[in-house]
Amino acid sequence: MTPEELENVASEQKQTQAKYRYSLNVCMAAGCLSQKSDQVKEALEKEVERQGRQHECAVKGVGCLGLCAAGPLVAVEQPAADAAGAAVGERGMPRLLYKAVTAADAADIVAALDGPPVQRIQYPTSAPFFIRQKKIVLENSGFIDPERLEEYLAAGGYESLLKVLTQMTPQEVVAEISQSGLRGRGGGGFPTGLKWGTVAKARGGQKYVICNADEGDPGAFMDRSVLESDPHRVLEGMAIAGYAVGASTGYIYVRAEYPLAVKRLKAAIRQAERAGLLGANIFGTTFSFGIEIRLGAGAFVCGEETALIASIEGRRGQPRPRPPYPAEYGLWGCPTLINNVETFANVPPIIRNGAGWFASIGTEKSKGTKVFALAGKVVNTGLIEVPMGMTLRQIIFEIGGGTPPGTKFKAVQTGGPSGGCIPEEHLDVPVDYESLAALGSIMGSGGMIVMDDTSDMVDVAKFFMDFCMTESCGKCTPCRAGTAQMYELLDRIGKGRATAADLALLEDLCDMVKHTSLCGLGMTAPNPVLSTLRYFRHEYERKLVKEEGGNGSSHAKAEVRG
Amino acid sequence: MTALLTKKPSPPSADKRWKLVEATARRHGYSGHALIETLHTVQESFGYLDGTSLRYVAALLRQPLSKVYGVATFYHFFSLKPPGAHTCVVCMGTACYIKGAGSLLESAEKKYGIKPGQTTPDGKISLLTARCVGSCGLAPAVVFDGEVAGKVDSAELLKRLDQWENQP
Repeated sequence: MTPEELENVASEQKQTQAKYRYSLNVCMAAGCLSQKSDQVKEALEKEVERQGRQHECAVKGVGCLGLCAAGPLVAVEQPAADAAGAAVGERGMPRLLYKAVTAADAADIVAALDGPPVQRIQYPTSAPFFIRQKKIVLENSGFIDPERLEEYLAAGGYESLLKVLTQMTPQEVVAEISQSGLRGRGGGGFPTGLKWGTVAKARGGQKYVICNADEGDPGAFMDRSVLESDPHRVLEGMAIAGYAVGASTGYIYVRAEYPLAVKRLKAAIRQAERAGLLGANIFGTTFSFGIEIRLGAGAFVCGEETALIASIEGRRGQPRPRPPYPAEYGLWGCPTLINNVETFANVPPIIRNGAGWFASIGTEKSKGTKVFALAGKVVNTGLIEVPMGMTLRQIIFEIGGGTPPGTKFKAVQTGGPSGGCIPEEHLDVPVDYESLAALGSIMGSGGMIVMDDTSDMVDVAKFFMDFCMTESCGKCTPCRAGTAQMYELLDRIGKGRATAADLALLEDLCDMVKHTSLCGLGMTAPNPVLSTLRYFRHEYERKLVKEEGGNGSSHAKAEVRG
Repeated sequence: MTALLTKKPSPPSADKRWKLVEATARRHGYSGHALIETLHTVQESFGYLDGTSLRYVAALLRQPLSKVYGVATFYHFFSLKPPGAHTCVVCMGTACYIKGAGSLLESAEKKYGIKPGQTTPDGKISLLTARCVGSCGLAPAVVFDGEVAGKVDSAELLKRLDQWENQP
């Protein structure tokens, strides 16, 4: 595809879309799909036909509309009016939204196109859930059909790739990303520009770009939603990264548990290859870049970069000591850039709008936005994107709508098994990498689980320890044996058979595992215990056997580190 | 030596599905890197990995059987036992757990006397758990034969399982 063709396809698609006065966007992401949104779409198509509106009303499947709790969702857009410049509100916000739509509602929805909306299923788009969000990564999510390249092009897709290939040197691209202040969205928060610069400078003819889509945190579905809703954005981000660091091959390591995301990615890669947006001599330049998919096989530890590389190489996913970092010695011994899905998804808009624009959003050290998967005991469960620096209280109580009626907020868990629980009194802390770390939790990849007063914190800690124990790869002893011992202790505390000495031993073990494990899994495994101990210690102490030498504690002391 | 290495092993049986497995290995140039991808194809085609398929994959990719077995057992996604006629996957992600997935699982365990990862003796139902199926908005979620059901309670879960159990 030449630059002119790109423009032509985009403008043709825009014209086609602008022919329609209305567009019924049916959410086809996994959440709504499992509530039969495909049947809703079919019913709407039939109904549009039956009422003779097919020439002015389009029906299309789109990516995640965000409010998963109220699915299946249908948004009513007005492409013709938008094309004429009448777009309302910020990009990424639906005009009119229907919630919990069934096939039976189709007739009413189509009939109400010109008049007032169907009130019984209307969800107000002026609700805080929508107006408090800021969409960068999810700007197309819910608006474009993820299975059609043309729609992504019409939304300005691959323009950033064209721009870097024709107007920028690789060094300028790295500098742009550095200036934007973008940091790794997988949870670590390492400055992305710095990483790109290291790989770009690394010696070696063959380099690789890897997209980490092994979203293993239970309770997190940001990456899945991005891949299902806007797969081309990730491909474009990877290609730009490939140009910046000098790589010609990219791999996406994605969970096999996400069949829909894999399917859409495969389709997107095929489309991009056919259009010449991936492959040899992109846009007629000397730059070539291809992307392959590698399926994960259900190992949480493969989210760790060296384990992920081992898995792509067809081996067991066990990490190795760093340094050397993958930036110098990665896939098959070559310099390798590994970034998370969301990090790559941020790249095209940064190139399009400039580093200054991106750096103006967020806090001093954490720029841009963050996508969170809001779930648990909260009214509006779903996918949200907020500017960095918003407080946890705003996220949970304004956007999330607080805990369901009749329950009381107790804690919010961020960062999954590597993170911690944050209690009510710290909810006014702004969301950025440093603030959350100071609270004993982490930003993590974006899972945010709200808990109410029915959740027992010892049980929560045990749940995560069980997870880490099962997922430990077994390579290093502190993690393999330590997580098992900590699990036993938590189990004993939970059953009311532990003494104060057991609790002391648990804290000791936490400290040891944290400081001596080989990789991030072990190093962060004690976090859920440590953070619940920090804020909810009384819950642990309440369960302890009062007097010394109580039931079942005698052998605990014999195990103290040798 | 080279002649030995280049000789392709013949499939264990005339089953056409072996062709799919071979195709995956071929697409990756019979390289050892293709091990996980090839095992995925085996599991997709046969439902699980058994001794025969592991040996065939090892020969196909010229990898030691110990490595193939190591990889097959390391990853949770691969199963070395044949699945039951129906599968019930209870999501144990954090959101589902907070909303009572633990007691869901317990009720199924009690009723059928099987633990997660096991199949009822009559081979009708396999009970499994998942780390997260990504349907956190619908917690607790259960996947019945590949179809996600949201906001499931014990009564509904047992009703679905009973239906399977009572099928001839």
